[in-house]
Amino acid sequence: MIPQFLWDHAPAMTVAVPLLAAFLCPLIGKFTATGRKAWVLAAAAATSALALFTAWRVYTMGTWVYVFGATVPNLSVPPDSGGIPIRIIFEVDAMSALMLVIVAIVGFSVILYSLSADGKRSGLEGYYTLFLLLIASIVGMVSTGDLFNFFVFFEISGLASAALVAYRVEAGRAVEAGLKYFVVSTLAGIFMLFVIAILYGQYNALNIAMLASRMQFTMLDKIALVLIIGALATKAGSVPMHFWTPDAYALAPSSVTALLVVASQASLYGLFRLIFTLYNLSLNAATVGWVLIILGVLSMFVGVTMAIPQKDVKRLMAYHAISQTGYMLLGVGTGLAVLGNVAMLDAFGRMAMEGGIFHIINHAIYKGLLFLTAGAIIYRVGTRDMNRMGGLGHRMKWTMIFFMIGALAIAGIPPFNGFASKLMIYESVYLFNPVLAIIAMVVSILTLASFVKVFHSIFMGPQLPEYEHVEEAPTAMLWGMGILAALVILFGLFPQQVVDSLITPAANALLDQSGYLASILGGA
Amino acid sequence: MFANLPYLTVVVLTVIGLSIILLKRNMVKVTMGLNILTSAVNLLIIVLGYREGGIAPIYTLAPQTYMVLPTPQALCLTSIVIGVATTALLLSFTMVIYRKYGTVNVAEMRELKE
Amino acid sequence: MQMSKIVRLSADIMYPFVVIFGLYVIMHGHITPGGGFQGGAVVATGAALVIVAYAFHDVKAMIPKILLYLQESGGLLLFIGAGLAGMLLGFPFFFNWLANSGSLFGTPIVPLGPNPGELNTGGFLPLMNIAVGIEVWGGLTLVILYMISGVGKEEY
Repeated sequence: MIPQFLWDHAPAMTVAVPLLAAFLCPLIGKFTATGRKAWVLAAAAATSALALFTAWRVYTMGTWVYVFGATVPNLSVPPDSGGIPIRIIFEVDAMSALMLVIVAIVGFSVILYSLSADGKRSGLEGYYTLFLLLIASIVGMVSTGDLFNFFVFFEISGLASAALVAYRVEAGRAVEAGLKYFVVSTLAGIFMLFVIAILYGQYNALNIAMLASRMQFTMLDKIALVLIIGALATKAGSVPMHFWTPDAYALAPSSVTALLVVASQASLYGLFRLIFTLYNLSLNAATVGWVLIILGVLSMFVGVTMAIPQKDVKRLMAYHAISQTGYMLLGVGTGLAVLGNVAMLDAFGRMAMEGGIFHIINHAIYKGLLFLTAGAIIYRVGTRDMNRMGGLGHRMKWTMIFFMIGALAIAGIPPFNGFASKLMIYESVYLFNPVLAIIAMVVSILTLASFVKVFHSIFMGPQLPEYEHVEEAPTAMLWGMGILAALVILFGLFPQQVVDSLITPAANALLDQSGYLASILGGA
Repeated sequence: MFANLPYLTVVVLTVIGLSIILLKRNMVKVTMGLNILTSAVNLLIIVLGYREGGIAPIYTLAPQTYMVLPTPQALCLTSIVIGVATTALLLSFTMVIYRKYGTVNVAEMRELKE
Repeated sequence: MQMSKIVRLSADIMYPFVVIFGLYVIMHGHITPGGGFQGGAVVATGAALVIVAYAFHDVKAMIPKILLYLQESGGLLLFIGAGLAGMLLGFPFFFNWLANSGSLFGTPIVPLGPNPGELNTGGFLPLMNIAVGIEVWGGLTLVILYMISGVGKEEY
């Protein structure tokens, strides 16, 4: 039985609950540390439940429009405003709902993991405040229908993640990574503000649907598009703007890294949302599609080749994260390149997009899992250098199994989820351009090679004397990893059901510009 | 020409800000560059919202001329607030790095480059 | 190192005025230029003034840090609470539930003609301004304190 209250207000609650919990966190932490743990866990569970509920309602009942400050929650265009949506509007369609599912899954497991992994550090009240703030900002980024509101959440996520990356101030290097990330992120934010100024100056609107309905695609809009791609691809960590990624991912605490992956993908979502909904057919789809494809192929190739020589386990995984982002850009870029051509879109474009979008959720889950296992290893062993590890499989059996699941999934081996989405990308991209598909496969093989090496050097071999007394990771950390590992297998065993129920509606929502506009502006 | 002067200011500020960010190695100066760039964008938003002869949107006894929409000012205020938080965090990072490395020059922060 | 007597005396005289002016800006945020953030920043400047004029380690003991923390959290809670209250009354998040209610900040009829401004209007916007003002006051002062204590470690 779901109370009427939730039926009306779930999208706003999904942002409000983590915010409220975040600001109460320091107060509760002043009195009791255990109470704070329980509070953070309860807040994360409530946020995930709300996000899943919102997503479920969107998947069953269509796009959900929520207007802040209006008299009725779905009154997007007040009768006396002259047909213009004036308030801050959340518009959760199937694509946003998919991102909400990702945030719900990864957010909860990461918090569960973090409560055990980071529990003994100092200064925790600020840590969990920032953590919940980051979750709230990701939720806001993916569900907002307002360009300026997107910018605000974008900046909050930049601030929160930079502070989290630099959280281990003692090290110095972490602050260096945080500084690098933050300068890049601020610059990206300024670009977004420029885009808002350009679009607002021309069309007198900030609502994405309103802007899209007035879009003329003038010279200024082209400049805005370049700035959008520059800003959001930077935050998503695509080559050639990837230089912050390895540092930030490697030096942040592992639980933060897993959430940073989701934050990057929220930027990727923003990129797709703006290109498909704001510009859609008005732009030269083939050119922009090829831009995304080239960014994607570069990311895939540079990411994986840079990953192979790394010695730091998290740095290596960070380069793989760049490489996997390339697959998403490749898949969705292929769909965009054939956007104007209905025959080609139906033949393979749609499937390429579904593959790319499926890869977003798969990547968030298995990459989160891999970073969490890396964190568990570092937690027990105390070094990040793979050359100094070895034989850990004797003592950390569960961690080894989880790592293996994540590694096989990222390399695209059946029956794990990475295989399902990669196969969709290969098949459809092969019809578009065989060379691209072959590059994608080669990158996948290189990924497998790299992870075989990592697996061997961390877990295999004789038990090293210095790690004789290494124990298995704490139970809460194992549960956090276990949830993600179970989902990796589940998505890998039943890809067709997942694609039908989650991915196809999301891809259709992204392609269906008029539907997005109609749910805000009415009619049409 | 005269009407375009604010836009020219925006361009000049943008060029100054970007060139500081790209050319200077001192972290404090880079922070200043980011601030100048933010100010340029804020100025652009304000200038876009300016209407000659428009009055403030206060309805009590308003004369029959047209009012300006306060949205650009609201956007600008929000962006200033975000800018303050950004600057504070950047400067804190710079301070910590100075304490650890003894320098604020980005070219000398080499621990991550190995 | 505290500064010269002239600076300290001016700081003493200025401090109440700075704080009062900041509080004025916060309270009148909905009818005059300014608002919670601006007013809070002005009040925080008052704290900065005292810290600059007197030596930091002399002033340190006088600053109620726990109060600043409470302000930081409490302001934000008040802000979100004001938003949530509208929701509990059956309206969307951030609905202006105090406007035209006749109670606090809810005077429905505003006098016409030139007047000094009616403070008791604006619905929950003044509440929001006060919340933001409290938060920024605490938050910015804390930022200043942390930065100065960081500098202090370097020098002494």
